Amino acid sequence: MKPDNTVATYSFTVRIIHWGMAVLLLSLLLAGLTMVRSLEPWQPALLGLHKSLGTIAFIAVITRLSARLDSASPGLPQAMHPLQRAAARSSHLLLYVLMIALPLSGYLMQSAAGRPIHVFDSLTIPTAFPVNQELYGLFRETHFALAASLAVLVLIHIGAALHHGLVRRDGVLQSITLPKGKLDKA
Amino acid sequence: MNTENPPFLVARYALIIAIVGGLAALLTFAAGGLGGTGVTAQEFVDLQQGHTVHAGFRRAHAKGFCVAGEFVSSGALEPHTTATLFASQTTPFVGRLSIAGSNPTAPDLKAPVRSLALSFAVGEREAWRTAMNTPPVMAVRTPEDFFLQLSALAPDRESGKRDPGKISRFFDEHPESKAFTDWASNYQPTGSLATEKYHSINAFYLVNSGGKRQAVRWQARPVARETGIRPAPGRDALHREFFRRLGQGPVKFDLVFTLAAPEDDADDPTRPWPQSRRQLVAGQLVINSATPQAGGACEGISFDPLVLPHGMEPTRDPILRARSAAYAESYRRRAREHWLGRAGEAGE
Ligand code: HEM
Ligand code: HEM
Ligand code: HEM
Repeated sequence: MKPDNTVATYSFTVRIIHWGMAVLLLSLLLAGLTMVRSLEPWQPALLGLHKSLGTIAFIAVITRLSARLDSASPGLPQAMHPLQRAAARSSHLLLYVLMIALPLSGYLMQSAAGRPIHVFDSLTIPTAFPVNQELYGLFRETHFALAASLAVLVLIHIGAALHHGLVRRDGVLQSITLPKGKLDKA
Repeated sequence: MNTENPPFLVARYALIIAIVGGLAALLTFAAGGLGGTGVTAQEFVDLQQGHTVHAGFRRAHAKGFCVAGEFVSSGALEPHTTATLFASQTTPFVGRLSIAGSNPTAPDLKAPVRSLALSFAVGEREAWRTAMNTPPVMAVRTPEDFFLQLSALAPDRESGKRDPGKISRFFDEHPESKAFTDWASNYQPTGSLATEKYHSINAFYLVNSGGKRQAVRWQARPVARETGIRPAPGRDALHREFFRRLGQGPVKFDLVFTLAAPEDDADDPTRPWPQSRRQLVAGQLVINSATPQAGGACEGISFDPLVLPHGMEPTRDPILRARSAAYAESYRRRAREHWLGRAGEAGE
């Protein structure tokens, strides 16, 4: 990991993946919640899309993590209370944990059901172990619990980001949006 | 950091609340059934499981047992599909014979519908599952109407009795149910699960290497002939008869595919196709063994009919496309109960 506080913004790769994944994860949350209730004729297609895009999200977060560790990250403004800064940092860590664990639980759930994953009909991921009802129960409920936690945390994250950008106006929002390198972060 | 408050502070907070609140509302709305005015998978399974929930059991077709065997393909379907299990080869399967209903201890001989479900071991990369019933057609063509049909057939909560008036009214209001009711009035349950015919009901497409799609339905047609001998009475009459029969040798079914003509509606499960349609025997299902479902190989399987190998695709039949989500909801409920150690035993 490169030292923090030496740059005003996240690296280009981190910023691009941040926004790409923000759209992807919100879509996956909406698709997931919708498809488990729906009996409409498009349900099976949405389920297939969910599994394909969920796998893409997993590949994206691994790329993102290595890009993040490979480049310097901006520090948070000194004007923030140390506890606030600690909370911001641990919320980012938790977001990463959820972004990695959620697709994994989806894959394990499908393995327990004996269902290989077909990613856009071009890549097949075989099941990890034989059919197992207890494990299906565990991973199915885990998938829901992680998804619900992600949804709540993302809402808080967005609220905090907008607070930084609109009320505090301290350069934190710009650190993930603007490509500009020179921002007043004092 | 700008120490002074920015202008329009209230408007800025209002915007933040609107964005976060809007997203929260959208997610909540999705969790409550976005897109679709009809019945949800949860409501459907609630209806199927009835007033008494049998923890750990399938919410439909709860009573059954596991079978295992192999599918010996004849190769007859090879020109129509790239699915490898229809090439000349042998594929092991795990299956389940069951009766309709949510009660895992229901008397075998009272069930109106008998079923055979199969899960083929096509490898770690592919799977094929099918769940078949004795009727050749459905009474209705949408999940909403099927929900109404099951509601009309459900016994009254207080009296525990069905309302014949409600039932006949339902069928009167649904003329598309004619082929089904004709079948039901002529149907003679056989003396053995080994001598029934089990139908896919819904149609599917076979897809060949040239990309050509052929609509098909299939049925498992018994090789053993019906003797007319009634099974020894008892709650588990059909189960016992089947296990005894297996002691004498394998139970076999021909897996027969009916090929639709262009004028047949593949998306309508209420309409039978004419008798004259071409039929191909894809191969033989040879059942070699049977075990109780508790702890058996079929117990943890959800026989979702949309689990298809390459070379097979679903039609647009709304009933078929509704099944996946409902099976997943039932699977979720029973798997959760098993995981938490809350699954009951048949008989409780
Ligand atoms: C970060 C990525 C993902 C997100 C945000 C996500 C989110 C969700 C959500 C919110 C649900 C609905 C849960 C409920 O209401 O109970 C769901 C269901 C589901 N997810 Fe994911 N998921 C992700 C990745 C995956 C992956 C990679 C797979 C499999 C390869 C997968 C497979 C499934 C399946 C099969 C269901 C439906 C289960 C059922 O029908 O009962 N998900 N997902
Ligand atoms: C699913 C949605 C989202 C997830 C999972 C997510 C996750 C993250 C993570 C993990 C970081 C740390 C930097 C990194 O490694 O990428 C971050 C930074 C940031 N995100 Fe998001 N984000 C999401 C959506 C949003 C949205 C919609 C906004 C704006 C309204 C936003 C604003 C920010 C800001 C301002 C930062 C920089 C914070 C700092 O440096 O302390 N994020 N986000
Ligand atoms: C909208 C229509 C339908 C709905 C909502 C529905 C719902 C269900 C549900 C919830 C289960 C329990 C699944 C489990 O826990 O594993 C089930 C099992 C079953 N269904 Fe359906 N079903 C429908 C149509 C059909 C049709 C058309 C057939 C026959 C061709 C069929 C045959 C079966 C069989 C054989 C089983 C038992 C499978 C086993 O042994 O596990 N169902 N159904």
